Amino acid sequence: MNKTAVKMTVNGQAVEGKAEPRLLLIHFLRDELGLTGPHVGCETSHCGACTVDLDGKSVKSCTVFAVQAEGANITTVEGMANADGSLSALQEGFMQEHGLQCGYCTPGMIMRAHRLLQENPNPSEAEIRMGIAGNLCRCTGYQNIVKAVRYAADKLNGQREAAE
Amino acid sequence: MSDTTEMTLEQREATIGGIGCSRRRKEDIRFIQGKGNYVDDVKLPGQVFGDFVRSPHAHARIKSIDTEKSKALPGVLAVLTADDLKPLNLHWMPTLAGDSQAVLADEKVHFQNQEVAFVIGEDRYAVSDGVQAVEVDYEDLPALVDPKRALAKDAPVLREDVAAKDNVGQGPRKHPNHIFTWDIGDKGETDQAFSGAAVTVKEEIFYHRVHPCPLEPCGCVASMDKIKGELTLYGTFQAPHVIRTVVSLISGLPEHKIRVIAPDIGGGFGNKVGAYAGYVCATVATIVLGRPVKWVESRIDNLSTTSFARDYHMTGELAADKDGRITGLRVNVLADHGAFNSHAQPSKWPAGFFNIVTGSYDIPAAYVSVDGVYTNKAPGGVAYRCSFRVTEASYLIERMIDVLAQKVGVDKAEIRLRNFVKPEQFPYKSCLDWEYDSGDYHTALNKVLDAVGYKALREEQAEKRKRGELMGIGFATFTEIVGAGPSRNCDILGIGMFDSCEIRIHPTGSAVARLGTKSQGQGHETTYAQIIATELGLPSDDITVEEGDTDTAPYGLGTYGSRSTPVAGAAAAQAARKIRAKAQKIAAHMLEVAEGDLEWEIDRFKVKGLPEKTATMKQIAFAAYQSVPEGLEPGLEAVNYYDPPNFTYPFGAYLCVVDVDRLTGEVKVRRFYALDDCGTRINPMIIEGQVHGGLAEAFGIAMGQELTFDENGNIQGASLMDYFLPTAVETPVWETDHTVTPSPHHPIGAKGVGESPNVGGVSAISNAVVDAFAHLGVTHMPMPHTPWRVWKQCEALGIGE
Repeated sequence: MNKTAVKMTVNGQAVEGKAEPRLLLIHFLRDELGLTGPHVGCETSHCGACTVDLDGKSVKSCTVFAVQAEGANITTVEGMANADGSLSALQEGFMQEHGLQCGYCTPGMIMRAHRLLQENPNPSEAEIRMGIAGNLCRCTGYQNIVKAVRYAADKLNGQREAAE
Repeated sequence: MSDTTEMTLEQREATIGGIGCSRRRKEDIRFIQGKGNYVDDVKLPGQVFGDFVRSPHAHARIKSIDTEKSKALPGVLAVLTADDLKPLNLHWMPTLAGDSQAVLADEKVHFQNQEVAFVIGEDRYAVSDGVQAVEVDYEDLPALVDPKRALAKDAPVLREDVAAKDNVGQGPRKHPNHIFTWDIGDKGETDQAFSGAAVTVKEEIFYHRVHPCPLEPCGCVASMDKIKGELTLYGTFQAPHVIRTVVSLISGLPEHKIRVIAPDIGGGFGNKVGAYAGYVCATVATIVLGRPVKWVESRIDNLSTTSFARDYHMTGELAADKDGRITGLRVNVLADHGAFNSHAQPSKWPAGFFNIVTGSYDIPAAYVSVDGVYTNKAPGGVAYRCSFRVTEASYLIERMIDVLAQKVGVDKAEIRLRNFVKPEQFPYKSCLDWEYDSGDYHTALNKVLDAVGYKALREEQAEKRKRGELMGIGFATFTEIVGAGPSRNCDILGIGMFDSCEIRIHPTGSAVARLGTKSQGQGHETTYAQIIATELGLPSDDITVEEGDTDTAPYGLGTYGSRSTPVAGAAAAQAARKIRAKAQKIAAHMLEVAEGDLEWEIDRFKVKGLPEKTATMKQIAFAAYQSVPEGLEPGLEAVNYYDPPNFTYPFGAYLCVVDVDRLTGEVKVRRFYALDDCGTRINPMIIEGQVHGGLAEAFGIAMGQELTFDENGNIQGASLMDYFLPTAVETPVWETDHTVTPSPHHPIGAKGVGESPNVGGVSAISNAVVDAFAHLGVTHMPMPHTPWRVWKQCEALGIGE
């Protein structure tokens, strides 16, 4: 099948590649760019393991074609660390609150939580649960994921207050 | 002679980070940065892909397979069918249960989505085109879906390949669709208990067909180096060494030429114990093509073909005196094993450890009989966070004791307290032949009753009932049997179910430990290091734990059935103790005293009576490579193969409170209190996490998960559109608690915990739902308790509108 040239920005870097029109964004990221943080768990956009941030929205990259992401600005879990390379508040929260076990849902979960906190910097427990309802986890029972998101919210809010 | 002399004992303990502390996990640092290495992340030079053509029929004869159009497509490299595998004798493979299983359908298909052909191509998309282009001509046959019909005279014969055999690996058969009969217990004594009983109860209890559904599906990458004649097989293997032995036995490749690597695994829950057709086909394909071949199943493939769980049709009966003291238990089971008997469990146990069915109760007489049958469904049968049918057994007895409580009019907590094995009875020999190592069931349940304010809850329930509202309180006071297992009872392929640990201490006092198990999220890299840290007095941060590479790790039977801590955890402690014994000799040499003059303290040996004369383990490590006493080998390492003397018996007391909306059938879990006793606790944070996760899986099973089939054997709901995986919104909040009753035979007293919450959780939730209707005469409601089913119950009782 004919391939189309695609260009996008991924984790702050301009990237380009060639993609069949049917190539899914998740496969472009994983197979072409070697970004294996986002995972495939269901191919039907239910599990959220493939969640990435695309132009300021959480998307499930298993149901986006690579060509649809032409010109887009994408962040994956690989781009989540702070500028100095230290762990972001969310990454730290997942570790401190034991918000992961097998780690397969974690990249998608962190990306979704990242966008959630952009939209709502101070979410209640119910808002966190609703906010991550598109991401499935089989190991943790979600309780510690909720705590991890709350940990990050508190840390980021504390940093904001200190800066103000 | 120590660099930590200025530290207090507490500071030294804290530096070690050993057993009992909630250390953050070592494995997290890669996962939170997207740097895990799961099987689909493996990318080898020249790698190609493979995928299956699957049967749309549950039961059909294959008239022809035309692969020509497929092979002509660009990017398609080869298509394998059973006829291609026949010359290699790989079109069938032996199962761990003594049966055989088609790798690619040979003349017939026996379940929907069964593997019919394997297409190999340059990339996933080319393979997908190739799969669609294979033309298979089927002659549809009547499907056998209901196991209760399997043994009828006119039932369609499924397995023509074994129809004439009087044994398919697990004892005599009585019908071509019959696999085995397994029974245990004293039938006569049990019958007598029933005939003289003041009270008897009987209930049909079906544990439905569910699937573990780990978030990462199964897959592998097979790579044959034709020059060296060496096969490397990466895969989602909970038991990598067993896979190596299986691959060697069925392929004829010598075992030393096979390297099996289980990289990071995205959850297993039993789904990744078995050997699947994809592993065999990818291996054949790499041998044929000389290029690495990757196979990763889709979610639909996963739910519809690789190892389901349960499907146990049980009839339970209890005999008791007028006060509800149980005098006898009788259980009959019809087990639907699907098309091939390929459940992965110890080979002498066709119904697993189902005879733990007496649970936490002192039952004097019991008899259990299980019949396994073939149906036109995918094979499997024991997976899903369960130690070999413990979940079914525990559900049966926990439901039955509630049925009995309702019949005799005794409170459901009280009837448990009356029947519990008493603390002074341990070690307790059950009438179905297990020896429970330790337990204190009364303390556990009483602690829960106090914590939740049980009396007030029952009063609230009574008030609500007066107002016509439905509220239920459910218990599970379960006992598990885990840590398979002693080699006298347990083997797989004839190999005893020991496990192993090898520890090497480096000269500078850091270490590497390798074990025969394989974490799928349990946090082994953290917890095993904690065990070794406590035993050796080296900081757990300085101990690297490795698993999953058969070229480096000692042989072990893998991780499932909550066996890692009871078996490999024990091996870790024992290997460390061998090292400490040698270290003591070296320390004596260093300090110029006799070995007997030394005593151990956290991280060092010190001379008795001369506390300033010490040798730390770190110093000893260097000395082991520098100046060992005469007659002692240099170096500091040990290996231990641990054959457990007994199983371990973790237990728990769970309480669940539900509110039921009689107009919608919606069940809301208002409160869930889980007390677990897993003996010595290695890392409380990880234990609590495991309990949360197991309870969430239990919630899914009890409330919504089910794989069903229509009358033609079409599987229904085998995608995440239909199969219920609870999200954060539905999942209840879990309260956890614990007691500690160490195992007397385990080196550190630990018992294992991963599966307890699933075993106890399902029963507690289901019991709570039924309890909401108990005052209306309801004794049982089949799972899953979906709103529709619960509302149907309300409607039947005339309270649905």
